[in-house]
Amino acid sequence: MTQEIAQAPRSETVTRVGAEQAVRSVDLARAARLGALGGVSAVFISAIGMVEAFADRILIQPYLSLGYTALFLIPFIFGYLAAKRPPAIEGVKLAPVGPRNVLAGLIAGTIASFGPILLILLAPVLDLREIFLAISPRLLKILTFDRELTQGIGLLLISNLGIGTVAGFIPLIPRRFRRPLLNASMWTLLVALLQILVQAFLLGLGLQRLNSFIYSPLGGLTAVSALVVFLVLSIPYLIAEFTDLRVRERLEALPEGQRRNMRLGSILVALVFVAVVPQIVGVFASEVLDLVGIFLLMGLGLNIVVGFAGLLDLGYVAFFAVGAYVTAILTSPSSPSITPELTFWAALPFVIIAAAMAGLVVGTPVLRMRGDYLAIVTLGFGEIARLLFISEALFPYVGGAQGIIRIPKVAVGEFTAASPTEFFYPVAAFLVLAIYITWALENSRIGRAWKAMREDEPVAEVMGIDTVQAKLSAFIMGAIIASFGGALFASKIGSVFPHSFQILVSIQVLVLIIVGGMGSIPGVMVGALVIIGLPELLREFAEFKFLLYGALLIYMMLNRPEGLLPSRERARELHQEEMLQDAWLIQERAAAESQPKIEETSA
Amino acid sequence: MALLTTRSLAKAFGGLRALDNLDFEIEEGEIVSVIGPNGAGKTTFFNVLTGMIPSDEGEIHFDGHNLVGLRPNQILRLGVARTFQNVRLFPNMTVRDNVTVGRHARTRSGMISAILRTPAFRREEEETRRKAEETLSFFGSRLVGYRFDQPAFALSYANRRRLEIARAMSSEPKLLCLDEPTAGMNPRETQELTELISKMRDEKGFTIIVIEHDMRVVKGVSDRVVVLDYGRKISEGTYDEISHDERVLEAYLGKKTAEAA
Repeated sequence: MTQEIAQAPRSETVTRVGAEQAVRSVDLARAARLGALGGVSAVFISAIGMVEAFADRILIQPYLSLGYTALFLIPFIFGYLAAKRPPAIEGVKLAPVGPRNVLAGLIAGTIASFGPILLILLAPVLDLREIFLAISPRLLKILTFDRELTQGIGLLLISNLGIGTVAGFIPLIPRRFRRPLLNASMWTLLVALLQILVQAFLLGLGLQRLNSFIYSPLGGLTAVSALVVFLVLSIPYLIAEFTDLRVRERLEALPEGQRRNMRLGSILVALVFVAVVPQIVGVFASEVLDLVGIFLLMGLGLNIVVGFAGLLDLGYVAFFAVGAYVTAILTSPSSPSITPELTFWAALPFVIIAAAMAGLVVGTPVLRMRGDYLAIVTLGFGEIARLLFISEALFPYVGGAQGIIRIPKVAVGEFTAASPTEFFYPVAAFLVLAIYITWALENSRIGRAWKAMREDEPVAEVMGIDTVQAKLSAFIMGAIIASFGGALFASKIGSVFPHSFQILVSIQVLVLIIVGGMGSIPGVMVGALVIIGLPELLREFAEFKFLLYGALLIYMMLNRPEGLLPSRERARELHQEEMLQDAWLIQERAAAESQPKIEETSA
Repeated sequence: MALLTTRSLAKAFGGLRALDNLDFEIEEGEIVSVIGPNGAGKTTFFNVLTGMIPSDEGEIHFDGHNLVGLRPNQILRLGVARTFQNVRLFPNMTVRDNVTVGRHARTRSGMISAILRTPAFRREEEETRRKAEETLSFFGSRLVGYRFDQPAFALSYANRRRLEIARAMSSEPKLLCLDEPTAGMNPRETQELTELISKMRDEKGFTIIVIEHDMRVVKGVSDRVVVLDYGRKISEGTYDEISHDERVLEAYLGKKTAEAA
């Protein structure tokens, strides 16, 4: 290949240059299509009641509510998508950014406004409320900015047009400013959205004055504080853009011993942070953290089964339930049949044994199944577990739908983890344990066996891996870690009922590891925070939680199938072809660059 | 006593007899080539031998054990390792990890010792790593150094073949079954691998069965050649013997080659 290019006569290069004159610039028809899509999205979020539900939550006093933010994000996002430079294709030159990009943003933004305008005009005529309850007079008031019809429509059109145009300018901003600008805007929005959390944090740190500066007493940021927050948050990004830190490269260049120390150091810092964080953030945020922690435990367990061993288990909630019920029976004084009234810790070995047995029971019959079949069968097992706990047969032991109540809190000596703040510590302890176990197993003989099995099961078997044993051990280990989550859950809530163990729990855990990054421990953590933590903190979103899960999953599958913080292997697997392509392109380019030199010397 | 003996081994896929009454023997330290036209049952022979598909009839005796009915991982444990005609690595695992997986059957640490990081576990990990790297260095500098941490899919075709052989070697087999090890290699690489196959026997003491289409390789490495056609053994002997056997010439080498020879 290299030789061919090097030997090509000069005329060939000229024709190639000629071909490159096909210039690719922003496609205005595409901008119009994107605008139409934006219009549809705006009508959609209005019609399902999102805009109205979000209207009461003020982000920036006195004007900008979450409802309007959602509405205005649409022309912004679609305007930006329309104005963005198209992706590079070999042999086609990209046009420089210019007024055409702005025009594309303007077109998309303007067309996006047609959707809601049509809605405003048609809603009174067609009586859409019969089907869409959310298309209420209040919604129409919001959409017309509380003005008269013509004035309101005009405002809607102008605001969308303006926002689209602003978004159209983004590609024109030099790269070094673009990233800080966008990131700081996003963080400012998050500071406003996560007011409860940030406020709890600031108050916990004793920063009352900063808190009252940032947040208005009526809720939300003020115009001034929003600007200040934005400026302050853009500083680190600007520093990163304008200085040559290359923290990662430098860290990787360190000798192994120092890197090890660095790693140990960062683990210590993280542990200290975990120790103080519930004290700082207060009761409400600790409650959320507890829940995130319990789901994270399940995520870590399922990560072993799905992420490492590649066994898609959709009935994972069964192990969670086993952990919760065994804890309940052994510790609660009002357990229906046997009441040994053990402490949480004395019950733990029994929980582990029961979970391991449950892992075996589920694992054995599905040994021969793979992929979709395995998923369906385990889905069934999950439901069977829930139905068992609600059944007549087990009623004398687990209390059927009435469940088991009065489960004592986790206690160590004199210390009882009664409040959510205190309960975070046992959760954190189990998390540290589960993370360690995951890490230890991943880097071991059995971890490699799991991965080999995931990649090619028959070959793994022929290379000496007992796949029966490997599968069962993955199921058992996953079950044990999930049962820790169940035990903590029972102790935290103080009661267990069958309806806590719906199929939805399995799905949520699976979604969190997919979004976070399968097979990667930091990925699972991020996934738990995003999937479990955010909906708790953003109460306004609770109603639309599953809609957003769905949208997020689709987006992730299309654009980032490896998850937010993927493991290296998973990323490789999903981008193998691109990586090989890149390697080929780099070779080509190197060959092309060396070409003129060869010719010069020969001339 | 031969290392491996099969007696009237048979396997049919529907009406097709992939293996038909096959008697096969190999002595310890021998290199035997199995040749035959496409569809002669060569790969099926490996599949049955390693337990990937069950045989219909017949016996397989290896090193004092009966292999019939054993699962592939048990057969590997007894000392039969193989490679695949259409290279089947663990593409997303690193080069080193591909080879350490081969050592799975020769190591024993379980989940508990991995979690406790016992001294025995650490020692075993260390040894596994060292042996894996040692095995990789058998192929010269091609698979060592920075390549240890590269994903297997990033390797060139020839290197993938070498890695697959290394993976099989790392399981310390008594019998190594290579399925067309030089397919897709250029003449220089083929020549080099031919020499390596002999070196494997001489230095590592493996007994080797090679399925091969390239007659230069067959000639270069084999102590003995077994010719299959329609699942039956039609001839057997040294390279010179079988290359003059009329049945072989007819079934495999073709009339033209026969005249040329």
